Amino acid sequence: MTETNDKQSSLDFVYDFYVKMKKNRINLAYEGEITHQITKAFTSLTENNMALDDDSNTVQKKVFHVMVECLQNISKHAENRHSVVTSKDGRGIFMVSKGEHEYNVTTGNIIRNDKVAELKKMLENINSLDKEGLKNLYKQQMREGRLSEKGGAGLGFIDIVRKTGEKLIFSFLDIDESNSFFVLTSTISRIS
Amino acid sequence: MQAIKIPGSDDTPKVILDATAENPLFEISGRSLPEDVVAFYDPILEWLDEYAQKPLKKTIFNFKLEYFNTASSKLLLDILLKLEDMHQDGADVLVRWHFPDDDEDMEEAGEEYADIVEVPFEQVSYSID
Repeated sequence: MTETNDKQSSLDFVYDFYVKMKKNRINLAYEGEITHQITKAFTSLTENNMALDDDSNTVQKKVFHVMVECLQNISKHAENRHSVVTSKDGRGIFMVSKGEHEYNVTTGNIIRNDKVAELKKMLENINSLDKEGLKNLYKQQMREGRLSEKGGAGLGFIDIVRKTGEKLIFSFLDIDESNSFFVLTSTISRIS
Repeated sequence: MQAIKIPGSDDTPKVILDATAENPLFEISGRSLPEDVVAFYDPILEWLDEYAQKPLKKTIFNFKLEYFNTASSKLLLDILLKLEDMHQDGADVLVRWHFPDDDEDMEEAGEEYADIVEVPFEQVSYSID
């Protein structure tokens, strides 16, 4: 009996989930490891969808750009806490929503608490800069920054803000004494 | 010197580095978001090190990229820095940065590289349709 109830509630959950996705105009949602294959699959899926719509080339390129950088951030930086096997790729949640006037690309992943302050400072700094400031920071980082062992250039967030012209929206939610959940949304205007 | 010819794919650019005197061509084109950027670009950088020992009379290096991720941008700079070294050692080097005429971001990326490296740099727009 309990089992039947569980199954019934899981079916209800599916509908609930569907309704919420529709309501929030989410056309892609994923939770799991972000591998290179996943990155390629999601970007080409979104590209195909956008090509069917009347979005301009410029908008399509920007969405593609933001998706790649966001997915790579998770793949390179997210903590892999819930993974049973140790994997080189980070995991997290990834969503793309499409409103009338904009696309939103959202990521969520676990991050160690001791990394929060530095990341927060970096994001706040990027959000505080104007076009010229971002350009200078990008050039400086490209010249002076070194490629991390995971292949990160420290340029992703700067690049997203430069390409979209929109500030990053982010928050850190407490999980426990050692981890937080980092949520980040990038917005790409459909009006170009 | 053995030429490098790598066909392009949906995440790696097409690369041709051919220093044969009759038909020299130095070109990186397409998309660049390799799974492992360092592994992809290392042979190219090594090839350029060797080529720099005895470059042709004139080297025209073409970048004709549709897209590159930020991880690749650092490696592209490394290539440009090698070309800068060659130029400073007295070689005749010209960088041609090709961009689609409707792609301001790609045009701006070229301008920024031109600011960072000291090497003759030419922006070339092309139309796609």
